[in-house]
Amino acid sequence: MRGLLLAFLALIAVPLAAQDTMPPAPYAYTQLDDPALEAQAVELMETLRCLKCQSQSIHDSDAPMAGDMRHQVRTRLLAGESPEQIRSWLIQRYGDYVSYQPEVSSTTWPLFAIPLLLLLVVAAILLRRLGKRRAEDDAETGVDA
Amino acid sequence: MIAEIGLAALWLSAALAVLQMVSGAFGLRADGAQMAAYARPAAVVQAFLAVLAFCMLLWAFAITDLSIKLVATNSHSMKPLIFKLAGTWGNHEGSMLLWVTVLAFSGGLIALLERRLPEKTMSATLGVQGFVALGFYAFLLLSSNPFERLPVPAVEGSGLNPLLQDIGLAFHPPTLYIGYVGISVAFSLAMGALITRQVTPDFAKVMRPWVLGAWVFLTLGITAGSYWAYYELGWGGWWFWDPVENASLMPWLAATALLHSVSVLAARDALRTWTIMLGVLAFSMSMLGTFLVRSGVLTSVHAFAVDPERGTFILGLLGLYIGGSLLIFALRAGSIAEGKRFTATSREGALVFNNVMLSAILAIVLLGTLYPLLTEAFDVRVSVGPPYFNPAGAIFAIPMLIVMAIGPLLRWKSDKPARIQLELSILAAIVIAVVALVAFLGDYSILPILGLALAVALGVAAFLPLRGRNLMRLPLATWGMVVAHFGIAVALFGMASESAFTSEKLAAMAPGDSTEVAGWNVELLGVEPVAGPNWTAMEGRIAVARGDEAPTIIGPQARNFWSPPQPTSESTLVTRLDGQLYVVIGDQAGFDENGAARWQVRVWWKPFVTFIWYGGLLVSLGGVMAIIGRLLADLRRRRAKTKGDERREDVAALSDEAMPEPAE
Repeated sequence: MRGLLLAFLALIAVPLAAQDTMPPAPYAYTQLDDPALEAQAVELMETLRCLKCQSQSIHDSDAPMAGDMRHQVRTRLLAGESPEQIRSWLIQRYGDYVSYQPEVSSTTWPLFAIPLLLLLVVAAILLRRLGKRRAEDDAETGVDA
Repeated sequence: MIAEIGLAALWLSAALAVLQMVSGAFGLRADGAQMAAYARPAAVVQAFLAVLAFCMLLWAFAITDLSIKLVATNSHSMKPLIFKLAGTWGNHEGSMLLWVTVLAFSGGLIALLERRLPEKTMSATLGVQGFVALGFYAFLLLSSNPFERLPVPAVEGSGLNPLLQDIGLAFHPPTLYIGYVGISVAFSLAMGALITRQVTPDFAKVMRPWVLGAWVFLTLGITAGSYWAYYELGWGGWWFWDPVENASLMPWLAATALLHSVSVLAARDALRTWTIMLGVLAFSMSMLGTFLVRSGVLTSVHAFAVDPERGTFILGLLGLYIGGSLLIFALRAGSIAEGKRFTATSREGALVFNNVMLSAILAIVLLGTLYPLLTEAFDVRVSVGPPYFNPAGAIFAIPMLIVMAIGPLLRWKSDKPARIQLELSILAAIVIAVVALVAFLGDYSILPILGLALAVALGVAAFLPLRGRNLMRLPLATWGMVVAHFGIAVALFGMASESAFTSEKLAAMAPGDSTEVAGWNVELLGVEPVAGPNWTAMEGRIAVARGDEAPTIIGPQARNFWSPPQPTSESTLVTRLDGQLYVVIGDQAGFDENGAARWQVRVWWKPFVTFIWYGGLLVSLGGVMAIIGRLLADLRRRRAKTKGDERREDVAALSDEAMPEPAE
């Protein structure tokens, strides 16, 4: 009875252990032969978040999941998909969170509106601090700008 | 006993902070001189007690006193001593104690050393410093007591995160914290001057060394942290726009702006409100950084919401200090005149421009860091990373770098651009030449190309202010500026070069196999198991050689720590003048056709990557030179004054009223 239980436990234990020791997907640690395509892959991988890590892209993570995602990116590029297609496929699958490159949308528009506003504010401050002063000085010395 | 002494010292310091605050406030009243006399001694004794408390915790970690909860949860008796000590600040409570200790220490230092300010301003400054310290003592004592005992001592500690078991931990947090918290003195001084309406060049001269000092430590801390992440994480990244990194970058940006603003105030009596505002901003960013790193909000907004005690406490302190200082600013700003005038094309004009640019970059970093936290609170998860920060930051960084090259060539107050026409055309020619050269060499993205061009131009421009000046008589502080600006150029060159020219090679190699990357031949000789005090590892023996040179044997390791269990990659770096070869060994990857085990090997050649950190060191060196230069000049002036006074006294004594006093 005890032997049977142990054998049964061994049966469940094997798949669990296998998950950790399973070899990584082929393209997780293998570069593409075409340097141009590999460069595209690297550029894309650097902008995809490793969902299991804290603030690391899949291009610099040892996590198995990051390896799987690298494999996905490389095989899909090899199959002729464009980086942007792959990105949107990953976003569809994992949500916006996976992409480090926020797109303009109903939830992210302030990320783009605020820098534009900032540009205006900066221009206004500079004009006020530097522009007016010059005009005043010119007025003082009686020179037209 | 150790823990009890530490805790008692901490409570006493908190009490002294109250005394310092109250007596500082009395100093503002006409009849408060008697009470105000306590502020300085209170600050000094408080510094002593806080340092004592910190030493007690260090001691507890050194002997691994497992009856203290913090030691039991973060240390292990088998760790090497240096990591036991460094582990003191490798956790929440310990690092907050370090924070408070640095705060108290710098408060004590200014109370002990600073004699130039009007007594009232000094009282207000010490009062504010005491008020700030009190908040953080309360935080430590009420919600993060580092000296808490366990009811039953633990048998063994649970260890320290292996990523932290590195010499980097010994240096990076303390330097960063000294920078973070050193800014508090600048803040207190700014508040003191604002409250007593003494925003003068003399005040700026007092403030300048503190800002410079804090800024040097911040620069060193960020540089060290970046290099640490670079070699420890095993993938060759040196900046991730991670919120924790941003938390250190934001105070640095504000401190850089403050540093330039305070120099203008000291030299030209201009930019008064600006300086005060930046002082408030810089310390706000320090506290915000502390909140981000220490509240747990970064791991998950929801984790923060579940256990919000610590986070809310810091958030409350943040609101109190930032809100309070802004209120005082709003009440007093009107009564401070703007100071001397200047035109747009003057050195002040250039400095104002760059201060605005630095603040704008700060705003971008702040937005990109806080926005994801904000949306996460509403269950929308977004990621903001390099594809956002790099271009958005560059919008402001590029104009800033251009003005940074030109600004030091301009004269104070008012200048004609036509005067420096020659220099301007040389710099423009350099930029165009480098852009053309790099674009000709290959297909690179726009930002690295611009970065390279601006780096070269800035590197030349940094030395242009020396033209036509007697190098022997140039003040040390001016040399400091030249070195620091050159350091920025060097670091920028490293960043741009690394982004543009890195070559990467991933290979699965069996012993005897070799691979090639950017002219380097990399051969795996063998893989052997090795063991350290608290880890085991597979160490690759790898021969690397560039061209025909003799091979260098290196040993990168894939380590497995056993307490807590976690794998790490120990990379090996081969440093050359023109870059670094970065080699990492990973897991076993199957077998080759002959049945030999193959190993994952990752190799990068990163041209000029080291320039990033050399640049950071140069920037810090420039800061140190400026501090020494200012202090020496100050000492010389003081000595000359005492000598002059003595001589006048002698003359007066000799002449014995026969001669009239010289009209001074």
